[in-house]
Amino acid sequence: MIMKTTFSKLALLVTVGGLAATAHAGTITVKGSDTLVILAQKWAEVYMKKNPDVKIQVTGGGSGTGFAALQNKTTDICDASRKIKGAEIANCVKAFGRRPTEYRVAMDGLTVFVHADNPVKELTLMQLEEIFTGKIKNWKEVGGPDAKISVFSRENSSGTYEFFKEKVLKGRDFTASAKTMQGTAAVIQGVAKEKNSIGYGGAAYAHGVKSLAVKFDESSPAIAPTEETVVKMTYPIWRYLYCYIDPALDKGEVHTYLRWLMSDEGQALVKDIGYFPLPKHLRQ
Amino acid sequence: MQNGPPARGRHFRAEKFDVASFFFSGLTGLATFLILAMLAVILANIVYHGWPAFSWRFITAGTEKDMFDVNKAGVLPMILGTTARVIIMTIFVIPVGVITAIYLSEYARPGSLATRVIRGAINNLAGVPSIVFGLFGLGFFIAFVGGGLDTLFGNASPKWGKPALIWASLTLAVMTLPVVIVATEEALRAIAPGLREASLAMGATKLQTVIQIVLPQALPGILTGGILAVSRAAGEVAPILFTGAAYYMATLPKSLSDQFMDLGYHVFVLSTQSPDIERTRPILYATVLVLLLLTFALNLVAILVRARVRRRMRAAH
Amino acid sequence: MPDPTSKQLTGWAAIRKGRQRRPGEWLVERGIFLVSLSAIVVIFLIFAFVGNKAWPVLIGQTDSSRAFKAIPVEDMAKHTPKELQAYLGVTEKEWNEMDETARRTLMEVKVEEAKENPTDKDAGLDTTTWRHLLWPHQWTGYDKPEYIWQPVSPISKYNIVPLIIGSLKATLVALLFSVPFGLGAAIFVSQLAGPRLKEWLKPGIEMLAGIPSVVLGFFALIVMATLCQKLLGYESRLNAFVAGLALGLAIIPVVFSIAEDALTSVPRSFTQAALALGSSKWQAAWQIVLPAALPGVFAAVVLGFGRAIGETMIVLMASGNASIVSWNLFDSTRTMTATIAAELAETVVDGHHYRILFLIGALLFVVTFVSNLVADVVIHRLKSRLEGKA
Repeated sequence: MIMKTTFSKLALLVTVGGLAATAHAGTITVKGSDTLVILAQKWAEVYMKKNPDVKIQVTGGGSGTGFAALQNKTTDICDASRKIKGAEIANCVKAFGRRPTEYRVAMDGLTVFVHADNPVKELTLMQLEEIFTGKIKNWKEVGGPDAKISVFSRENSSGTYEFFKEKVLKGRDFTASAKTMQGTAAVIQGVAKEKNSIGYGGAAYAHGVKSLAVKFDESSPAIAPTEETVVKMTYPIWRYLYCYIDPALDKGEVHTYLRWLMSDEGQALVKDIGYFPLPKHLRQ
Repeated sequence: MQNGPPARGRHFRAEKFDVASFFFSGLTGLATFLILAMLAVILANIVYHGWPAFSWRFITAGTEKDMFDVNKAGVLPMILGTTARVIIMTIFVIPVGVITAIYLSEYARPGSLATRVIRGAINNLAGVPSIVFGLFGLGFFIAFVGGGLDTLFGNASPKWGKPALIWASLTLAVMTLPVVIVATEEALRAIAPGLREASLAMGATKLQTVIQIVLPQALPGILTGGILAVSRAAGEVAPILFTGAAYYMATLPKSLSDQFMDLGYHVFVLSTQSPDIERTRPILYATVLVLLLLTFALNLVAILVRARVRRRMRAAH
Repeated sequence: MPDPTSKQLTGWAAIRKGRQRRPGEWLVERGIFLVSLSAIVVIFLIFAFVGNKAWPVLIGQTDSSRAFKAIPVEDMAKHTPKELQAYLGVTEKEWNEMDETARRTLMEVKVEEAKENPTDKDAGLDTTTWRHLLWPHQWTGYDKPEYIWQPVSPISKYNIVPLIIGSLKATLVALLFSVPFGLGAAIFVSQLAGPRLKEWLKPGIEMLAGIPSVVLGFFALIVMATLCQKLLGYESRLNAFVAGLALGLAIIPVVFSIAEDALTSVPRSFTQAALALGSSKWQAAWQIVLPAALPGVFAAVVLGFGRAIGETMIVLMASGNASIVSWNLFDSTRTMTATIAAELAETVVDGHHYRILFLIGALLFVVTFVSNLVADVVIHRLKSRLEGKA
């Protein structure tokens, strides 16, 4: 086949020219959520130190970017801070004929932050929903001072945004006056500097602001987001962090790596980054 | 003068000291001064806060340790990424820009329709929002050219049809085209017409004159254009958001089809997405300082070269 | 053979034309001409490729409606492959490449998707029509018709009015701030300052243009926002005002250099005549030079507007990005550029959200294109008029 030889020659040329593409044997590519990228990198680093012949390449870009890469087969593993959506599964099925396999790799409690001087200590899920959708506009309606609530949210491209919207807002829209930030750090900074503000984000980030305890409803106890309450799922706003993979690729090196993520050693690293390890019985 | 006939329409009083004149002149002077003061405040703030974390280690260390740790993080991958993208950009933009400028200054008839349309397009290109260049890069370079290349080579998974160093560079090349054209044209115009005439009179053809006489003379100007383009492009973030910049990469880009980390984008990441903004503030400031030093050093060189070119132009005409 | 026309060409004209071209040079010169068309080609390509992605929205070919009837997996056999392909949104080629399991999985996914679909009255609404892009609508759960930008939602809401208002607000502040400063400095530098001072001032102000916009955005976010809030005591720290100020810093050099250029191009004889008649330097500048250069000042403002409305990183970082319909300058605001920058990365390629972001981009392109064109024409006319007078 002329085409084929031409192509392979070209490929050789390109490789020799130092323009070689990434994937070669023993390389695992990981792409996806920016929430997970630091953790993924830590995992990769430790794993590579243990297995010097394996190379792991980690890139961020966002959960959606990761799913797109998964269906394009430009990545082996897709990191995601939210569950895969129907349309994305459909795209994957179109691309490789199967549903992607879902692995839960860590847990995260989403914390609700207020300014350090805010006297409010706890809120119910219902109150949170009404605050973030704009129904409750003043702190005095939830036992605080008489001041307008200033709401901080995340960009709608983030998995955290979608998760919070689904879990706390039950799919309803954030109030239009919610300020949307590009990262949790910006939310924290905003909340720390605005007296009557409220925001949400990963538990690991809370510095210089006050984390609220959250109640399922009026009569249930208020629960603070700690490792214990998140892992036992008593704290109401927690989520899994995921890895997705084409089932056809889930073998050999990649499979071993994914197993290792869920081992005690892998899970111990989760805590270093500020997320929470999976409880033993959930480590598939 | 005072006893002259009353002037009609606008008339000028010739007082020795005019309070209004003094006041308003002062106001414009104040505006000028305030602009420079604001510039100074911004620079001082950045240097003051950026200096403590700015060290040799900071600019030579990678991010493989921890990109948000004040004592370990470095910006070498970003410096290299930004450098790579501007160098690749120059390879594309300089020839095209210089040739366009040669046409405009040496060949084009000043009033003709073609010339006016070309000039209009250049001016317009200079005003297109940077984010629109980003969209263009995504739609044209990545989806159309990159996707086309993938189909052509029969790649099963996209190699070229995704954000990459080459696409970011090309997008920036398109964006900085007017900068190079304008600077080069200015330099070409600064060359004494006598030189060209002498060359032509000696029997050289027009093209020979352009290549052997005009271009070497215009070299500093072309250099300025290149430097200005580089300094403009080095700090741009919006066009590369979707065309190549990566939030985090453990390794340096090895191929034109890899993504890269970028200084400007890293400033954005650090100021909005670090785990603890107060703790990472020193590296944020230091990163800004590195970016500023880079763009300002380039700018300063360009301004100095241009000032020389302008002086020469005044002398020539 | 000598050129037959060379007899008529004597003196300068003959020299200017140079010698007869060598063979091949014609080709090179054609090449030079073709390359010089690059700017036109690029403008055209931008228009074509940004417009192309937005086009389906413009002509109403997109449909964001989320109501569809799910076909149970068991009923697969009852439908023809054609029907199933249309239902699943796959091409015939894709369909043929799939095995039976893949097809079944796809059917299952579709059923799951249908379950997630909203069931309220807006579920079947196509929100990508012009009506919903520009006019308010009373969405389920809202008390009154409102302009809502909530693209990631069970029902995507794509009203671009809040974004347009946001962009205009930030741009307005930027112009109010930068025009007086830029123009004042332009008058000072071009008319009042001595040549030595001028040589320092001009590059100084041009340095401001050298600060990357992401650095100005960073400065606005970290320093200016806090400072302005302390000084003015308003509520939300990030707002159109702070973003506008930072944006103003970015466009001062634009306004300054265009205005300064226009003022300088007024012939010295104007000023000299005024000074000879006994006017002060300021009077000459204000009453003679400025009116003569007024179109140039106008062009500076128009170009400043185009630059400000198209600037991305500053507003992305400092405006707070809340998509509110409000003309209060101290409310957070979401601009068109920031919306594209923040949302595009996560959208489904060629989906409606993606296309609408391209539509916003196309809108920005058109707005800046027109403002550039206006400024260009105005400056061109001004220069030819002044040169004619001189």
